[in-house]
Amino acid sequence: MENDVFKKRRKSTLLLAVIIAALSVGSAIITQYDAGKGMLSIFKAVAWGIKNFYPDRRSLVRLPEIFIKLKDTILMSIAASVAAAVIAMALALMGSRSTRVHVFFTGLARGIGSFFRNVPLVAWAMVLMLAFNQSSLTGFLALFLGSLGFLTRAFMESLDEVGENAVEALKAAGATYYHIVFQAVIPSSMPQIVSWLLFMIETNIRDATLVGFLTGTGIGFLFDVYYKSFNYHVASLIVIITVIMVIAMESVSNIVRREIL
Amino acid sequence: MALLKLKNISKYYQGPKPALEKVSFSIDEGEFVSVIGSSGSGKTTLLRCINRLIEPTEGEINFNGVEVTKLRKNELRKVRTKIGMVFQHHNLVERLTVLENVLHGRLGYKSTLAGIMGSYTKKEKKKAWDILEMLGIEDQVHKRCDQLSGGQKQRVGIARALVQNPKMILCDEPIASLDPGSSKIIMDYLKNICKDMGITLIISLHQVNVALNYSHRIIGFNKGTIHFDGPPSKLTHKKITDIYGSEQIAESYDHDETGNITAAAG
Amino acid sequence: MKNKDRMNLDKPLTRSMIIIRITLGFLLLVTIYGILTLDSGGVNIPGAILETLNNFKIIFFRPFSHRLSVFDALYEIIITIALSVLITLFSGIIAIFLGLLGAQNLAPKGITVIVKAFVAFIRAVPSILWVLIFAVSAGLGSTAAVIGLSFHSIGYLTKAFSECYEEIDRGVIDALKATGAKWWQIVFQAVLPSCATYLLSWTFLRFEMNFSNAVAMGAAAGAAGIGFDLFMASNLYFDLHELGLITYFILAFAILLEVIATRVKSKLKQK
Repeated sequence: MENDVFKKRRKSTLLLAVIIAALSVGSAIITQYDAGKGMLSIFKAVAWGIKNFYPDRRSLVRLPEIFIKLKDTILMSIAASVAAAVIAMALALMGSRSTRVHVFFTGLARGIGSFFRNVPLVAWAMVLMLAFNQSSLTGFLALFLGSLGFLTRAFMESLDEVGENAVEALKAAGATYYHIVFQAVIPSSMPQIVSWLLFMIETNIRDATLVGFLTGTGIGFLFDVYYKSFNYHVASLIVIITVIMVIAMESVSNIVRREIL
Repeated sequence: MALLKLKNISKYYQGPKPALEKVSFSIDEGEFVSVIGSSGSGKTTLLRCINRLIEPTEGEINFNGVEVTKLRKNELRKVRTKIGMVFQHHNLVERLTVLENVLHGRLGYKSTLAGIMGSYTKKEKKKAWDILEMLGIEDQVHKRCDQLSGGQKQRVGIARALVQNPKMILCDEPIASLDPGSSKIIMDYLKNICKDMGITLIISLHQVNVALNYSHRIIGFNKGTIHFDGPPSKLTHKKITDIYGSEQIAESYDHDETGNITAAAG
Repeated sequence: MKNKDRMNLDKPLTRSMIIIRITLGFLLLVTIYGILTLDSGGVNIPGAILETLNNFKIIFFRPFSHRLSVFDALYEIIITIALSVLITLFSGIIAIFLGLLGAQNLAPKGITVIVKAFVAFIRAVPSILWVLIFAVSAGLGSTAAVIGLSFHSIGYLTKAFSECYEEIDRGVIDALKATGAKWWQIVFQAVLPSCATYLLSWTFLRFEMNFSNAVAMGAAAGAAGIGFDLFMASNLYFDLHELGLITYFILAFAILLEVIATRVKSKLKQK
């Protein structure tokens, strides 16, 4: 008897290993990924990094410029997140199980959320650039649309978790729809909503680099400029500043989260 | 004076069997009425039809001279302010304080804006405090509800219903989630509220002994129809069997020679 | 006591309320300032909005391509999927082991601190920057994308995995240690089996992210796949119809992934 169990376990592990191997080989062929070149490049990258990818004294001169772009990036991320949150909240209220006016809105809100979230940020950025060219506004709009999708879904889940019990009690007491929303649903879900908002800001700060790269704004663009001109010292400085910013943002977020949950 | 009159109330869901079938009865002011029956007998549906949390499929409900079934949204709100409700799971906003939850009972009287802002008058706040004092939990007034025990939470639920200044309070299995000690405390409060404040009470229970000990009148449901409607003294062994469709429940009570229940089960 | 309460029937301000208000207030101010100072690059905003809406109309209601047949587009998506598979597999396997080094109940404190810091650093660098860094030595293209995104993915998975390892009941590990089992044996016989579902679920969630990233790298860093077509359609050919077709394909697959991911997440929550 015992033999069977262990044999089975070993068989399934072997099967898993074979599947993984097959997937990797297959994918490598499809993508024309050269494993050898890949491994080599890691070593080359490390070697190059040690030699070139660090900020030197000359690059420090560029710090003010970097900070300005940093400020732009942060502003853009926060503004896009908050603006999206306002609209996402309205959509979520319309669609959530406990506060919806009609079942139709649930499908609508979910659909909008899914749509805006699953169109990749790059796609939004590219499409917007056609009409808006490269500017901070374009970056803002791209982040806004992406966040709208994510937050609508996240907020709806938070509101759903509130549960219909308290809503039922207030209805029985004669409260209006708006009473119920503002006196029961929102107070109950506030910590989760704020937590999602903070998460969105953290995500956007990272994505802002990519979006900036495409739309010519913020830190991402600055990196591109120095990267393309082979000025790796400044580029590395930008990376370090970005890291500091991201980590700082996360720390503040976590502190706030700990206080309110 | 009949405060509540139900005539031929029926509720059909999908499927052949209705949840309620042609239910009719009337209740006077100041009565303490218990509704008993097994799960699925229609107790919960009945209570929720009275204030139209569930819409009856057919029939009429007359409360305080008003035909409830025909009301529009706004008028229904006004009627609901006169009917309080207490729930099995308390249905409180757990993150908010006791006082805030009690004051929710006043929302039916407030304008949309005032309600949204949560601005209650001094008088309302004082009344809330007095009610909490009567129920013995005035020292919890600013505590978050998720820090209270089950019995305390239920008292907050009762306070919320009382602050409405209702003529009638519907209680949907109010003690089902409580231990016997807390249950007695709650039932005693409810009894006093009925006696001292003249508020009509309709309580659905699954403990027959509690119904026998506290009510003026018992209504027994079985599969959506009334199988018994009368004072506790008339609730015989045979009637209990009829209501619950099984001997077991009735067996747990003592009877006298005529088959009447003489003592509540332990 | 009674009278005091009577005086003060207003709700006391709790610390959490104050912080929520400060946070929201601050964010709101920053948002308003940010929106007002947004540089629109001299573009006529109402005109651009109209133009964009018109573009949306073409993109979403008239998707069509001369260049790409449906099969071509599907092949491109498969390339992108293959990229994500590679990335997820690499990062998954490495993260399983790196996570062990980051777990406080399995490795010495010094090492876990280093691993956790290292991984946090990796996570903090945006994925595009990683890819570009590796592109210096590997050239812009799929190889750099795979390596760069794998790096980034390792950052996330290691954190998730080490957290799961740390949650294993201390007793289990102690019991095995008491029988004289070696470290690797404990890992393979107790730690990994306990976390298996969690590991798989997280890996799949990461796959969803990696797909999205792979598309982005196709557009921004020259990796192969549908992202690259996206880039060409909008920057080179200005073919909005083709853009629409591509977007629909990406959207369809992304939604498919999201649906599966939702199911995975709810199974995770049950745990």
